[in-house]
Amino acid sequence: MVVSPSTMAAVRHSGAVPNAEYLLSAEGVRKEFPGVVALDDVQFQLKRGTVHALMGENGAGKSTLMKILAGIYIPDKGEVRLKGVEIQLKSPLDALENGIAMIHQELNLMPYMTVAENIWIRREPKNRFGFVDHAAMFRQTDELFQRLNIDIDPEIQVRELSVANRQMVEIAKAVSYNSDVLIMDEPTSALTEREVEHLFRIIRDLRAQGIGIVYITHKMNELFEIADEFSVFRDGRYIGTHASTDVTRDDIIRMMVGREITQMFPKEEVPIGDVVLSVKNLTLNNVFHDVSFDVRSGEILGVAGLVGSGRSNVAETLFGVTPATSGTIELFGKKTDIVSPTVAIQNRMAFLTEDRKDTGCLLILSVLENMQIAVLQDRFVKGGFVQEGSIEATCEDMAKKLRVKTPNLDERVENLSGGNQQKVLIGRWLLTNPKILILDEPTRGIDVGAKAEIHRLVTEMARSGVAVIMISSEMPEVLGMSDRIMVMHEGRVTGFLNRDEATQIKVMELAAQ
Amino acid sequence: MNTNAAEATAPLATRARRRRVPPELSIFLVLIGIALIYEILGWIFIGQSFLFNSQRLTIMILQVSVIGIIAVGVTQVIITGGIDLSSGSVVGMTAMIAASFAQASTWPRALYPSLTDLPFFIPIGVGLLIGLAAGFINGQLIARTKIPPFIATLGMMVSARGISKWYTKGQPVSGLTDQFNFIGTGIWPVIVFLVVALIFHIALRSTRYGKFTYAIGANLQAARVSGINIEAHLIKVYAIAGLLAGLAGVVTAARAQTAQAGMGVMYELDAIAATVIGGTSLTGGVGRITGTVIGTIILGVMTSGFTFLRVDAYYQEIVKGLIIVAAVVIDVYRQKKRAKH
Repeated sequence: MVVSPSTMAAVRHSGAVPNAEYLLSAEGVRKEFPGVVALDDVQFQLKRGTVHALMGENGAGKSTLMKILAGIYIPDKGEVRLKGVEIQLKSPLDALENGIAMIHQELNLMPYMTVAENIWIRREPKNRFGFVDHAAMFRQTDELFQRLNIDIDPEIQVRELSVANRQMVEIAKAVSYNSDVLIMDEPTSALTEREVEHLFRIIRDLRAQGIGIVYITHKMNELFEIADEFSVFRDGRYIGTHASTDVTRDDIIRMMVGREITQMFPKEEVPIGDVVLSVKNLTLNNVFHDVSFDVRSGEILGVAGLVGSGRSNVAETLFGVTPATSGTIELFGKKTDIVSPTVAIQNRMAFLTEDRKDTGCLLILSVLENMQIAVLQDRFVKGGFVQEGSIEATCEDMAKKLRVKTPNLDERVENLSGGNQQKVLIGRWLLTNPKILILDEPTRGIDVGAKAEIHRLVTEMARSGVAVIMISSEMPEVLGMSDRIMVMHEGRVTGFLNRDEATQIKVMELAAQ
Repeated sequence: MNTNAAEATAPLATRARRRRVPPELSIFLVLIGIALIYEILGWIFIGQSFLFNSQRLTIMILQVSVIGIIAVGVTQVIITGGIDLSSGSVVGMTAMIAASFAQASTWPRALYPSLTDLPFFIPIGVGLLIGLAAGFINGQLIARTKIPPFIATLGMMVSARGISKWYTKGQPVSGLTDQFNFIGTGIWPVIVFLVVALIFHIALRSTRYGKFTYAIGANLQAARVSGINIEAHLIKVYAIAGLLAGLAGVVTAARAQTAQAGMGVMYELDAIAATVIGGTSLTGGVGRITGTVIGTIILGVMTSGFTFLRVDAYYQEIVKGLIIVAAVVIDVYRQKKRAKH
């Protein structure tokens, strides 16, 4: 039986809450995105008054599941039950009205409104003239904060609050909806230790009131401190659920990574040449610190680490997108200030960015226009005029070599699949004949076939003497392709592993300290 | 047109570039349609032809040439995802300043009595330089301080108008040399418009400048990562728009054989309208000069058509507003359709 949200709301308000075994459960959930299966036949059960952690590597499917539970994504298959009653959530508001509130990693508060206004938005208390009753609103907020032991002035604007306090406001807002289920996405990622303590006290209070909390984290020690149970996901599949008192850290890591490397990587041993890029004590204030490494020609340096470890920021700094605050970069033995991408390209660097849509593709332009844009900086232009014939022929050859599937070069890039868009972007950089190639998540969100082709291309580049830095969240890719692996954690390099000594477990240990 | 590329399994097979239907075709058909409606209404109500009157056709384009010159610059600004509200005021400012260097010695009240009867290229050069400077300031403001183009050019719009009033304390500048006035006579404004349009049509299509302009409008971040110096390029684009507004100011003064501080009021909006009617997208990355030329002519046809049918000027403006909005609605719809698989 499917019950509409309004019926559920009526049931909730009447107080006659059905007393099912699980507060929230999901069964057989499947969610597909173009080119990838994000979740396949996944299950999840949240008990009343517990904190349930979701664990897994990047891309394991935790976020997708959480977004389904919060009404942001609609599953392709499977059912979600709230207190034993099947529900179909159509929007986050829908979820909220059913008593499921989510606290996002990127907080969704309005900076120029007061704390109280943020909490009671859409539900402002009114006076008898129909105007907002601010006094009542502040009073309500005070009561709410007292209940939660939060010490924030309801009358100040949110932009004046620290990240931790904003998080508290978000939590208070979720509680104010009388939510039964709170979903927290890495709530501690921006908090100091003391703030984390405070947050955990609040979470324990909520738990004692019977609220169920879904808690996503990458931090192992938090799991043992706050979670009662945890579920592990891997590659979009459900692996298992355990009580957190039953297991050790190593057990969890094994569950998270415990797959054999099934894909074949076309890694070849190629002669490794001189150091072409040498980075010393590179720092970008508040983002990453003291990053030092060398890359040699022909070498593939893998960079592993969890989301938020600062990997992509290092790449952006190397390429001049966000110039460093201190530290040095030496290119071909010469100290170089890379103050902009233009300088980086002049120094034979290329950078395939993490976010294809935001910083890669010129979506509304054609394949040709996307491919040629970087190389036009210094080639295929005479007296300001683009040499249309030769650039077209060159792009055509490149598209063929990369096996880009497109009807022709005039097709808009947004009409191509993710894998083919990625190939167009790789083509853009190959045309510039780089000596140093930085790849940030080169195979994210693309299908297996295109992945293998991109791996083949990267190998080929290395063989031709290019130094490759490859950031990837996919363990098999990092382990399969890299000569050396640099692991980062919270803005610092935590270690280097050589190809022969690197294993998934060793990488995870360095990445999730 | 909306081939689902993901399903097309064959890698590109042929080198033959498929010539797709030019996107201007639809707007060109709109132009023909509007003209035909006037033609029919003309026969019904006035008893004469709208189109088969070469004098009317000339005037039709003549009166929008100045708008067209501005619109060529505005098109480039809008392709980068920006906007230029200052062009009308820059027209007024450059018209005043250029005219003050174009006065004849026979005129008793010359602004600079020692600088009369100068050869025509001096006032024209001065006008172009003033326009270029205004555009350069716009570009610097936008690129360096990162304030929105709307605000930067709004400031220039107000200040430039102020300068044109302050320059002569509101007095018109008259008694211009015949040499100078020449470029405003006959069909010369039309020729200037079409030459400017041709130059920048080629620049946008075939030069690196053009490719970078589209790239910046399509995705600023991606363009930056691809090595384009965004700041320098935006300054160039706004400077060109200012230069063209300056040219439009010179032509306006020459055509009127005098300059007044109120010249060019609302021209920036007509230019934006012509650009948008011509298919340039306000979100950036899309647009062609040919479309803008057609959009400009549509504005001209509408105006002279109304006059021809002896429609009240009030109604003219009401309908003009509706047509501009309709053009953008169609554009938004068209963009959506193209993006779909």
